[in-house]
Amino acid sequence: MKQQLYLWRKIKDKGMSQLIGLSALMMVGILFLILGYIFIKGVSALNWDFFTQLPKPVGEAGGGMANAIVGSFILLGLACSFSLPLGILAGIYLSEFGRNQLGTTVRFAADLLTGLPSIVVGIFIYTLIVLPMKGFSAIAGGIALGIIMVPVITRTTEEMMKIIPLTIREAALALGIREWRTILSVVLPAALPGIITGIMLAIARAAGETAPLLFTALGNRFWHSGLDQPIAALPLQIFTYAISPYEDWHAQAWAGALVLIILVLGLSIATRFLTRGRYYFMR
Amino acid sequence: MIKMLPRNAGDALFRGLTILFALLILGILITAIYHLVTGSVPALVKFGWGFLTGTTWDPVAEEFGALPLIYGTVVSAFLALIIAIPFSLGTAIYLSEYAPLWLRNPVSFLVELLAVIPSVIYGLWGVFVLAPWLRTTLQPWLGKYFGFLPLFQGPAYGVGLLAGGIILAIMILPIITAISRDVLQAVPQEQREAMLALGATKWEMISQGVLPYAHSGIFGAVILGLGRALGETMAITMVIGNRPEIVISLFGLAQTMASSIANEFTEAVSDIYLASLIELGLILMVVTLLLNALARLLIWRVGRPSLETV
Amino acid sequence: MADLIGGKRITIKELNAWYHSLQALTNVNLLIEPNKVTAIIGPSGCGKSTLIRCLNRLHEIIPGARVSGQVLLGSQDIYAPEVDPVEVRRRVGMVFQKPNPFPTMSVFDNVAAGIKLNSRRSRNEIATIVEKSLRQAALWDEVKDKLHNSGAALSGGQQQRLCIARALAIEPEVILMDEPCSALDPMATLKIEELIQELKENYTIVIVTHNMQQAARVSDWTAFFLLGELIEYGHARQIFSNPSDKRTEAYITGRFG
Repeated sequence: MKQQLYLWRKIKDKGMSQLIGLSALMMVGILFLILGYIFIKGVSALNWDFFTQLPKPVGEAGGGMANAIVGSFILLGLACSFSLPLGILAGIYLSEFGRNQLGTTVRFAADLLTGLPSIVVGIFIYTLIVLPMKGFSAIAGGIALGIIMVPVITRTTEEMMKIIPLTIREAALALGIREWRTILSVVLPAALPGIITGIMLAIARAAGETAPLLFTALGNRFWHSGLDQPIAALPLQIFTYAISPYEDWHAQAWAGALVLIILVLGLSIATRFLTRGRYYFMR
Repeated sequence: MIKMLPRNAGDALFRGLTILFALLILGILITAIYHLVTGSVPALVKFGWGFLTGTTWDPVAEEFGALPLIYGTVVSAFLALIIAIPFSLGTAIYLSEYAPLWLRNPVSFLVELLAVIPSVIYGLWGVFVLAPWLRTTLQPWLGKYFGFLPLFQGPAYGVGLLAGGIILAIMILPIITAISRDVLQAVPQEQREAMLALGATKWEMISQGVLPYAHSGIFGAVILGLGRALGETMAITMVIGNRPEIVISLFGLAQTMASSIANEFTEAVSDIYLASLIELGLILMVVTLLLNALARLLIWRVGRPSLETV
Repeated sequence: MADLIGGKRITIKELNAWYHSLQALTNVNLLIEPNKVTAIIGPSGCGKSTLIRCLNRLHEIIPGARVSGQVLLGSQDIYAPEVDPVEVRRRVGMVFQKPNPFPTMSVFDNVAAGIKLNSRRSRNEIATIVEKSLRQAALWDEVKDKLHNSGAALSGGQQQRLCIARALAIEPEVILMDEPCSALDPMATLKIEELIQELKENYTIVIVTHNMQQAARVSDWTAFFLLGELIEYGHARQIFSNPSDKRTEAYITGRFG
């Protein structure tokens, strides 16, 4: 009886450890399955034209997504231009002055913004900007992406500045340096590597966002013709091509996916090694 | 962190500036809520609660009942949870309790990479790899052996609720895994040692000592995953089939709230159509905000266990 | 599983322990008498906690930790390849530095946790063992009306006695105590010390302490460790009144530590 129980416990222990190991293996397996497919399908469809040509009309072979690639960079630039100052300054507030009711509220608001579905951000920017401007535009798309980036940047800035030891601030203040200068020229630079990490991760996330662009940037088959005009973006183009019925376009979608994934994973992996280097250096 | 009153204009200005930007964040959230509420007023007025219970979504007849969309959203999200929870929890336990030290960081990193793959790419993979496999392999197999269940009946299209659930599951794996792992790692070592010292096997230590201690945090991780699954748009739009009907079978085509918005927003010509779509967005926002608030509360509680348990 | 006879007496032979490349114990030989209290003393970092964690094979759960040598429980080497550490830990109970009841379990379930793992018993049998263990740990009168409250709601001293009851419930042959009073106030400490005296009737007790008065009060035998080595071992009275090694004398007279 007792031996039986002991045996059963051993079997359960072994079995569970196998299952647990297996689930981890499968999770990593799924990643490589997806990446592998994109790589194989993408490489075969990718060529120089993809980076230099405009999309060709249906039926004509060739063409590329040059306008979408440029468009994505313009959108990300617009997004950064307003989300960086907003995110960083709000983060500074939370870290340096935010130990109060307002700080808690803002922190919570930032966390909730992170969880807001990106399609909802799209609707919001549509009613806030597209309707008054009477048209889809690069600006609307850029702001939508920026709103997705803001909470990430704010919270990383806060966390990174909080880990800078109090003694560093005190040392600067004791030298008679003003508080605002202390924060900007002593604390912020010390926290900068971590903040840059957060920014890069935010950019990586925004670069792949499609839903908030559907009815803000809209997409465009041509080169962009002004920030108040609709603009193409790589993920939008992939979406349009993927749900189209044309073989040529499917191939282009895979090529686009490969370019997008290299951009996004490249940013994430670079961030990873950048921070590892930094932490090592700091230790 | 620095408790001091501003003593000069520079300090006051700087502090004022940061407060302004912090308030802007709050402003964005409040404005978003305001715009979605005002944008959906026509639909709110016309349909009232009937919007939630109506079963017909017919833009041509301008009749908008969101129940089929709510159904599609909820079923695909819960299907995703059912698939994702065992894998996520298994991987989180592996990372926190089993993996050798040198393997922990690389595996955690790979799992995090799953989180940065853009939604539209999951969708692409879903359309061209997952859906064909479901149509030719999994669905016939399920139909053959489990076809007596209403869940696995009907023609195999490949795309549909099942494909949506699987794609969503893959997409929420990393977030549930990463947070559960953090929560498990926050369980004090003494809890594990106390269990082991009683003669527990490793699995008994985990199931009776570690998981109960971490359960509310893990629940928080799952809720956060649910929030993601409900609001996820692109991938599910590409594989769910886009038919606003209530179907019992997981093989059936369906539609979610988010995919309705994505597909129809630019085609919504009438005010009431647009308002109905915005109201879908409002429902999504309210639900995900509530779930996020709940999840953060739960995770926060484990991060700082009350003093009496120390 | 080989039948384990004898029990209670612990023979440590040529024991070495490492954390990665750091050697925490060097060549320890020690005979721990049954039904006696043996105190392990020494300055922090001398390896005293490592030593008792080697006696129930808890040392090896730390990544990078290694052990060599023999620890005989009765006549059975617990480091023999065929021995399952789970079985060893059932026979050797342990009480930790910080009281660590399971916070999600009630007082009753805390004590019952080990019993439920190791045997299938009826509810009545379990209830009987729980009561017996709580009585042995001198906690029964204080908690008998709140058996189903959370174990985490008790006071620090009560929590520690709850942990002792939890260890007793699996009917071990040896009880290891790793500085069991260091987180407690003087009154609670006194109660635990009285309890130790009662428990040695039935168990072999090994207690690690950094408190020399406590070692002098509770122990029959005392071992002094320094930098991972056993410096001196003898009757407590002899160690504290007439140590033979200069380093022991220096430590117990408070010249370092």
